[in-house]
Order: sequence, then C-alpha cells, then structure tokens
Amino acid sequence: MAENFGFTNSKRVSRILSATAEPAPVRIALIALTLWFLALFLVLPLIAVFAEALRSGWRLYLAALVDSDARAAIRLTLLTAAIAVPINIVFGISAAWAIVKFEFRGKNLLMTLIDLPFAVSPVIAGMVFVLLLGVHEPAGAWLAAHGIRVIFAAPGIVLATMFVTFPFVARELMPVMQALGAEEEEAALVLGASGWQTFWRVTLPNVKWGVLYGAILCNARAMGEFGAVSVVSGHIRGLTNTMPLYVEVLYNDYQFAAAFAVASLLALLALVTLVLKRLLGRGESPEATHTEVESFQREAA
Amino acid sequence: MSIEIRGIRKTFGSFVALDNVDLDIRTGELVALLGMSGSGKTTLLRIIAGLEVPDTGTVRFHGENTTERSVRGRGVGFVFQHYALFRHMTVFENVAFGLRVRPRGARLSEAEIGGRVRHLLKLVQLDFLAHRHPSQLSGGQRQRVALARALAVEPKVLLLDEPFGALDAKVRMELRRWLRGLHDQLHVTSVFVTHDQEEALELADRVVVLNEGRIEQVGTAEEVYHHPASPFVYNFLGNVNLFHGRLEGGKVFIGDTALEVQETHEHAHPDANPELQRALVYMRPHNLEIDFQPNGRNHFPAKVKYINPAGPQVKVELMTDWGDRVHAEIAHERYRELGLKIDDEVYVWPRENKLFVYQI
Repeated sequence: MAENFGFTNSKRVSRILSATAEPAPVRIALIALTLWFLALFLVLPLIAVFAEALRSGWRLYLAALVDSDARAAIRLTLLTAAIAVPINIVFGISAAWAIVKFEFRGKNLLMTLIDLPFAVSPVIAGMVFVLLLGVHEPAGAWLAAHGIRVIFAAPGIVLATMFVTFPFVARELMPVMQALGAEEEEAALVLGASGWQTFWRVTLPNVKWGVLYGAILCNARAMGEFGAVSVVSGHIRGLTNTMPLYVEVLYNDYQFAAAFAVASLLALLALVTLVLKRLLGRGESPEATHTEVESFQREAA
Repeated sequence: MSIEIRGIRKTFGSFVALDNVDLDIRTGELVALLGMSGSGKTTLLRIIAGLEVPDTGTVRFHGENTTERSVRGRGVGFVFQHYALFRHMTVFENVAFGLRVRPRGARLSEAEIGGRVRHLLKLVQLDFLAHRHPSQLSGGQRQRVALARALAVEPKVLLLDEPFGALDAKVRMELRRWLRGLHDQLHVTSVFVTHDQEEALELADRVVVLNEGRIEQVGTAEEVYHHPASPFVYNFLGNVNLFHGRLEGGKVFIGDTALEVQETHEHAHPDANPELQRALVYMRPHNLEIDFQPNGRNHFPAKVKYINPAGPQVKVELMTDWGDRVHAEIAHERYRELGLKIDDEVYVWPRENKLFVYQI
C-alpha cells in the first residue's frame, strides 16, 4: 500500500516537471548562454583586475595602497560614505513613510522626483552643483566669502554623492512598507504606545532588513561613484581625490600596478556588498524554519 | 463599562458607511454587530476603538465623551481580523507589549510583567508557546495570542473584528465556544463584528443587525430570529421563500390562495400605502409542512419538482399553481412516512401559521 502510494506520488512529480520544463537542448543552450555571458563580462574582468594588481608582487601592491595619496583617497571615500549613507537612511525612511502612510497632493510628483537621480546622468548632477555653488555663482561666492569652499573640495563631493544615492533607501523601503500595511501600527496604538514607541518598536524592526539592504546598496554606490564626483572634485591629489578618481589619475600616469591595486580594493568592496546583500536576503524570511513544522506536528498530536 | 453611541455618521468620499447610528451597549455585555460586507459594521467598531473618527456624533464610555480622545487613552482592547501580531516579537513579547509601552511612572516591574503575561498565556492555553514567533503558530493559536495581547492592558472594552473570519469551520466552532466561556469568566464589555448569522446568534447576548450603514434591529438572538423587525433581518437570518401578494382584511392573497395573517406577523414599510394593499410574503423553508391532504385552511396546492435527501433535513422544491417555486425542508421521518416522489401533487402550509408579511 505504502509502496503503491509512493509510486503514484513520484509519477505525479515527474509529470509536473515535464509539463513546465523546456526540452533538454533548449535548457542546455539557455544555461550555457547565461554562463558564457557571466564569465565574459563579470568573472574575467574581475580576475583581470586582481591579476593585474598583483602582477608586480605583493610588496608593490601593498606599497601602492599605503602611499599617502592613496591613503588620502581612501580616507575621503570613507568620509563621504560615512556622511552620505546615514543622511540617506534618515531621508529614505521619512520619504517612504510619507509616501506610503499619507494621502496628499503631489504624491506622484514626489515619487517621480525621488527617482530623478536614477534617470539623470551623474555628470549632469555634478554640473548642477558646479553651476549652483561654484565660486563665480552668487551662492558659491557667498559661501566662499564665509570661508566655505564647496566645489573642488570635500563638501562638493559629499553633496554630489548624496544626490546620486538619493533614491536607494526610499526605493527599497516603499514596497516593504506598502506590503506591511498599517495594522500592526494600529495594534500598537490601541495598546497604548506613543507614535515614537510605535516607530521604534514596531515599524523600524519590521523594515530593518529593507533599511539595511538599501544602506548597503547606497554605500556601494557612494564609494564607487565617479561621474558626478569627478565634475565637482577638481582632482587635487591627496585632497579631493576619491578612490575611483584616484584610480583614473594613476591609470593616466601609466602607473598600472598601483591603479589596479586601488581598483582591486573597490572590486573587493563590491564583492563584500554582494555577499552581505545575499546574507541579508536570507535574514529577511526567518519564518521558514524547521520549528514551524514542529509546532504543527505538536498541534496535531 | 457601558458604551453610548449617538448620531454617528461616517462617510468615505461619497460612500456613506454609517448613517445616524444610535446604540447602547451595557456593562459586561457581549454584543454582535452583524451585517454583510459594506454594511458599516467594521467602521462602527473602529469608531468605538478610536481608530476612525466619525464625521458627526459621539461615543461615550460610561457617560464620558471619548469622541475627542485618542486611541491610546481609551483603554480598549482590539483584536484585528488578521490578528496584526508583531511579527518580529515572540508570543511573550507580543502579550507584554501593552505593559512595556506604559509611561515610566505607571510601568510594572519586569517580574510583574512576566507574571501577568504568563497568567494570560495560561488563560488562552498557549503558555507552552511563549517563545515562538507568530509565523510559527497556527491560525487559531495566533487568534488566541491576539486576544491575550488585547487583554494584557486590562481593557474596559474588548473589541473584536471578525474574530473567527480567517479560521476553518471546525476551529471556528471550538474557538467560538471557548470565547463565550472566557467572556462569562471575565465579564468585560465586548463587541464583535461578524457576517456569520449563526456565529452572532450563538455567541452574543444581543445582536445588532446592520444594513447599508443603518441599524435594522437590536435584540437578543431569539428576538431578532423569531421577531424580525424588517424584511432585511428576516432575509439575513435564514433561508426564505418570497411571494408577492395582496393584503386585505386580515388575509394575504397570493394568486387565488388566501392565507390568514396574525398581527404579530404583519409589518409595514414607513412609506407604505395601505390602499394599494400590496405586500411581500416571506416563509422559511423549515416552517413549511407538506401533506397529500389539505389541512382545512391556509394551505395551497403545489407539485413536487425536486427532492434532495442529503443533509439533516430533506429539501423539497415545489411549484405552486400560481407559478412560483417554493422550497421546503422536512424531517427524514416525515419524508419516509409520506413516501414523497417527484411530480406528486401535494398541499403546503406554513406550520403554526408562521409568515412574515411586509406591506409596501
């Protein structure tokens, strides 16, 4: 009896498989195409970066990274990310909150505007800041008169980075908040929680994976941004070069080993980002644990 | 804690969800708000809770106007239709939430909170699941956690939105009885929303029937079932046969058949014109009697069209000689005794003359 049951069961499974799967040649062709594409455009360049960086040996590689200009570039990149990412998180949460929880005029316009940095070329973003805050413009002149230099200095780089990373957290959070709905927050209010308590104890824990996910993407972009930053930076070695800009400078100076050494750091950052993203993706669904099955078994018993 | 609701009106855009609703709920009572979707029952519950603000009207708790008071200050417990448990917290933390968010001065010690939570979990028979997350519980278990969480803050009023709506039939039945028992134990004023008339009739001390934003009738289960105030209530609380007839001198005429009407069975639409003598006649299938012999008065002839003997009663579909279909439900014994077959010519009459006549 049991054997019979197992037989019919497996038969049904195989039938379902054959109903949804493509014929073998198509399957193989699709997989091969994907793998070739990945190898050619992702794996090969990545290997090339590391191979080129290490070609002249470990000593030169490390020397390139501890060079004072390189250290300055790394420091500026980290500083930029350290300022841009937290601001982006605060902005992203408030924007997502406003768009999901409230009904107001101009909501669609706001959503379109949030996406603007994705649509606009980063170079144009940089140009806008130069136009607004350059020393020959009124606002920039006023700031310069008060001793604040924005363009061709660190503040301009931070501003340009903030502009291009603007949508990351908000975009990540909006669908999450939409899916959650307002019921849990209503429950918290009925139970006597204040708005603040509801936010910290209910809303934020529920969207924390979305926030982290957005922050990681935002961080990767903040550290890797080239176009917008290039326009506002002025490429002053040891002062206004971020890592991507420094890589370009080195490359143009024919210092290939050093250029690839710094580039390999950026590539490493990208890999770490992807791993983190993947790990968080797993964290997002803690429901699927074996204890769930256990609890139902106990119920049944 | 009694609740007095006066002149509540609530609109969403052009949709009128509640229209001039008055209702009194007594201390310790278990009241059902019964109606179809869109009848305004959930809106009324959310207004009592303070989750919705009425356009006009007031809600008083024990004589005190709470209309302007925020949700937090009302001291109500609310059980949401889909439970709305905090998914990132354990069962224990869910129940403890209401105690933990109290202002510092009024907050209990950790030990007291633990004691209270364990007591409540024992009350809902879930103490063994205290460290699970909501996603690891079955529907019925989640329901009971939601209830324990609502009770933790010692609410003066307990409000439940379709408390059994998302559960399967068997669990629903069990939980229904369990909730009734719990209410008898705690005596907290409770209001629950349902679209299931059986649930309302079985569970509630009083049933409030809502239709299109208005209260049709308020009464005990017996009152609304046996003495419905309107065709809507009669219709909503069970299966019906509906005929169009003429009301004349204490009798209602359907085709050539005259049926006697008792005063208690007679109701009238507020705008009814008695001179037109038009009326709707309602009969419940299980109140109809079938025989081969006429019973002397109030009967009408009909022909058997269809018989379904599956179920607790035998369902018989008949055709009257004025051309309407009639559904009747008779006991299996009676069905065997009659030896009823399709195309039999029989007489039908309402048992104990149970009719609902509505003058229009």
